[in-house]
Amino acid sequence: MILLPCAWCGPRDASEFHHVGEAVARPDPGTATPQQWRGYLYLRANPCGWTTETWYHRMGCRRFMKVERHTQTNEIRAVWAGEQGRSAGQQGRSAGQAGQSAGQAGQSAGQAGG
Amino acid sequence: MQVHAIGSRPGKRQTAYPARYSALGLLRRGLTRAQWPPSWRSHPVKGSYDVVIIGGGVHGLAAAYYLAANHGITDVAVLDKGYLGSGGSGRNTAILRSNYLTPEGVRFYDRSIQLYRGLAAELDFNVMFSQRGHLTLAHNDASLRTMRWRAEVNKVQGVDSEVIGPAEIKRRAPFLDVSQEARYPILGALWHPPGGIIRHDAVVWGYARGAAAHGVHIHQNTQVTGIDVADGRVRGVRTSGGDIATRVVLNATAGWSTLISDMAGVAMPIQTFPLQAAVTEPVQPFLSTVIVSGTLHVYISQTDRGELVFGASVDPFTSYAMRGSLEFIEGLAGHVLELMPALTKVRVLRQWAGLCDMTPDFSPVMGHTPVQGFLVDAGWGTYGFKAGPVSGEAMAQCIASGQTPQIIAPFGLDRFADGVLVGEKGAAAVGH
Repeated sequence: MILLPCAWCGPRDASEFHHVGEAVARPDPGTATPQQWRGYLYLRANPCGWTTETWYHRMGCRRFMKVERHTQTNEIRAVWAGEQGRSAGQQGRSAGQAGQSAGQAGQSAGQAGG
Repeated sequence: MQVHAIGSRPGKRQTAYPARYSALGLLRRGLTRAQWPPSWRSHPVKGSYDVVIIGGGVHGLAAAYYLAANHGITDVAVLDKGYLGSGGSGRNTAILRSNYLTPEGVRFYDRSIQLYRGLAAELDFNVMFSQRGHLTLAHNDASLRTMRWRAEVNKVQGVDSEVIGPAEIKRRAPFLDVSQEARYPILGALWHPPGGIIRHDAVVWGYARGAAAHGVHIHQNTQVTGIDVADGRVRGVRTSGGDIATRVVLNATAGWSTLISDMAGVAMPIQTFPLQAAVTEPVQPFLSTVIVSGTLHVYISQTDRGELVFGASVDPFTSYAMRGSLEFIEGLAGHVLELMPALTKVRVLRQWAGLCDMTPDFSPVMGHTPVQGFLVDAGWGTYGFKAGPVSGEAMAQCIASGQTPQIIAPFGLDRFADGVLVGEKGAAAVGH
């Protein structure tokens, strides 16, 4: 298993986290067509390489973060506090903590080994 | 060695093989020490083929075989970036079953079991299919309810499945701990007699041999680097072995299927997760059925050599890395011992991982795509091997006729745009 550098707690075992999945921009529900909405729900880039994804530290600080990870080597090159945790594949999980961290967004939390 | 003529009549079954395997042949070669002829030959990559199949696993090779055998289409190339069966076809736990949850799923997988039953005779290759029965354990009321549901759906489709109680479970698998003191007591099980295990390598090799005998070209170590699309239809495939002009491309690459579909510009609802499995040292035969526990995320069978094969659910995050983890084997050991405490001293010999192309509804993505001539046979998640023959048969029909066969109609890529999903999570998420 890999070590994930939580944006708040530091390096932790990946088993403490919930992998929410690829960060996908949520279309405006008011104006999106059914086609666009289903694309947002189901279609994924699934790259073999660097990807930006959302993780949720469910057994730690219970906050969301964004991670840039290489899907072939599992290397992690950037982590930042992400407030947009309510993205793909979240399966109805409560996101009560997710709105608090706007000030830290974009701040890199350094490197961590895979 | 005689290869059957190309361009035969469509629909006519042929059984021409380079050399039929027989007891007499075995004896003769045993006495004379003559070399066995190769099961398939290597060819240089031609500049054009009628059909190019990407992926030399059970799905790709079965499609090639049925294209040739059922439809007389023999100008076919099967490309694989590694060796045949190097992906999911050689990494699964070789379990076959058809006790699914939706009528569409049950019909589809049942056809696969029927084809598997006749496969050794059809391919003249011993695939060692052992229909030993398949037992899915229920540890809580919710699972038991789903099993009753599955049993009824199965019966309506003519598939043999029934719910049995702990006493009957103990009779079929005496080493299982069915006491009520267990952490997760066994309340009942779905008993599915047609399920069983098979030798997965033999299935791959048998299809390869059968396809090659009909004139199909098999190109191993040939990686696809691009797909040429013009005016919304496929024109060719670029590979590490040279460019190929073709009008039909089938993507049968499972865990890597989104990478191939990207080359054709087709977006897929697929995410790639590793799935790990492990095998123990061989022990005396004691387990005559396949045991699955959804609650404990484990499935167990014993091979003819006596090894115990364990599988689990997919890893908790997406990855293309096929590495094993200590966390997996630790968790697996705990779950297996929960079911069969007598196995404490059995040692695990090795563990490995394969890639699973998971879809949102746990059903495959099959058939035509918005790009004309580009077909997909993907989204096989954790249940691809058991569907190999029926997928090959249906995709061959799809290519030959240009129409989508009824049996795969529910599994089209367009269902995600239409919102008509085929939810199989209740029967496909762990149990295999």
